[in-house]
Amino acid sequence: MSSIIPATSLTAQTIAEKVQSGEWTALETLENYLTQIAKSDAEIHAFNTVLEDEARAAARAIDERVALGEDVGPLAGVPVAVKDNLCTKGMRTTASSKILENWNPPYDATVVKRLADAGATLIGKTNMDEFAMGSSTENSAFGPTRNPHDLTCVPGGSSGGSAAAVAAGFSPVAIGSDTGGSIRQPASLCGVVGVKPTYGGVSRYGLLAFASSLDQVGPFANTVRDAAIVHEVIGGYDPKDSTSISEPFPSFLDAIEDGVEGLKIGIISELMGDIDGISSEVIQKTREAATLLSKNGALVEEVSIPASLYCLSAYYLIAPAEASSNLSRYDGVRYGLRVDGETLAEMNINTRTEGFGDEVKRRIMLGTYALSAGYFDAYYGKALKVRRLLAQNFDEVYSKYDALLSPTSPCTAFKLGEKTSDPMTMYVNDVCTIPSNLVGHPAISVPFGSGSDGMPIGVQILAPPMQEALMYRVASTLESAEK
Amino acid sequence: MSLMTEPISEKEVAHVAYLARLRLSDEELQLFTKQLGAVLEHAKDVEALQLDGVEPMSHPLPLENVTREDEVDEMLDRKEVLNQAPAVEDGRFQVPQILGEQP
Repeated sequence: MSSIIPATSLTAQTIAEKVQSGEWTALETLENYLTQIAKSDAEIHAFNTVLEDEARAAARAIDERVALGEDVGPLAGVPVAVKDNLCTKGMRTTASSKILENWNPPYDATVVKRLADAGATLIGKTNMDEFAMGSSTENSAFGPTRNPHDLTCVPGGSSGGSAAAVAAGFSPVAIGSDTGGSIRQPASLCGVVGVKPTYGGVSRYGLLAFASSLDQVGPFANTVRDAAIVHEVIGGYDPKDSTSISEPFPSFLDAIEDGVEGLKIGIISELMGDIDGISSEVIQKTREAATLLSKNGALVEEVSIPASLYCLSAYYLIAPAEASSNLSRYDGVRYGLRVDGETLAEMNINTRTEGFGDEVKRRIMLGTYALSAGYFDAYYGKALKVRRLLAQNFDEVYSKYDALLSPTSPCTAFKLGEKTSDPMTMYVNDVCTIPSNLVGHPAISVPFGSGSDGMPIGVQILAPPMQEALMYRVASTLESAEK
Repeated sequence: MSLMTEPISEKEVAHVAYLARLRLSDEELQLFTKQLGAVLEHAKDVEALQLDGVEPMSHPLPLENVTREDEVDEMLDRKEVLNQAPAVEDGRFQVPQILGEQP
């Protein structure tokens, strides 16, 4: 099997220290990554756009500031790859859709701005499933991304380009968005760390909306600590996002090495065999992770989240319902593609029919249907009640436990084309990650060994809202025990 | 799946496509009807639940209205915004004829 995995990878923490101290320059650091991209991205296709010139200019500016003795920030000279659904001012932002193929946003997403303010260099925009709808990055209008561990396999999705970019050594860290697992599942399949923050913890300003009550932006990294460093940079209150949490979060880094001694950790029993389609190998790995945590002093027990049995159905009613509303803005009037028609309605129809791919059309129609008169109560209404039950289940479990453990993805990376003919088969990939999105809680996927096919397996740690510090602590323990 | 009661008919899919401003070919209509049917079939587990008295939850956070002082702030540049539009006339977005059109 053909793979493109670097022998060693630098951490963002190391890069920032060396650049800030003047030992390395931001420019030479960037050039090393650009060389990797030039060498191998034709095979992997992690990027829709590589921002060579813009990144070089940013790197030079950072080196000048270091020379002047300025403190550049926690990501001094660290290249960052950003998913192509986050707005970058004057730089193409496509969501991997034909409808936005040539769109240059007039503003930066808050996350993009905060990365730049922290000294990061934006190295490129990464490939994704169109409008973040998918679990394999095969729904990109510009062709799929391949898994760096095996080029015949998918990287997962929808943030597959960001996950692949970190795994292939194209960028030390990356940014994705997670609506039902779109950061954690590709992180698991590519053998990197991926985090979905607490809903409201990271600004959605400038994130192209898919399902607004579920979407959250988060980091990919090679280490848990790097993920926490990037998360601290992009997180925090933003007045431009009306759902942004104004209370400060406890530091993600201060307690990261405090271990798990005395913590109570629950394993979600429904995701350990009750729900069909989760491979025994993945379940076995998750049990090994549980054993490791108890060896490190945690109390680990099975717990029940009964409503998780209904999450997949609830999610695939709620997310399409919100998407059908959010994507009505792509009408050929103000920006993006326009395909002409005699009347306004014809122009709208021509534009959307030509501009959207099949999966986006399916979800728009499913959502429109779930919200339509006569079906609203049976589908959307019921799904929202399942969501309430789920939140109650989590509240009850968190009254006795500090954090939870489960698989991230039900399987290791699958072959390109293996699951594209049947949408429901593809949707099942999200079964372990969806619950956190429905309730808005944080969760992380940490690499934890590999399967019999040699492909990476990740385990997931879930924590109560705003308890990322605890989540990173448990993840860091697993990471160091695994190494 | 019972052949007698398909979860969604081609007629319904065609109507939904129209509402969502999408045009489907005959082959697409058949395929999407089958695929959407499979998703709705899966959703029958939720449809079958007895959830009377459970309060629906549309959002993970208790949402409050967010307001700010009415002060002029940094704004998008009008020219830059219009630059990204498919068609512009006199500093405004241009669209095909609306008046006289069938709804």
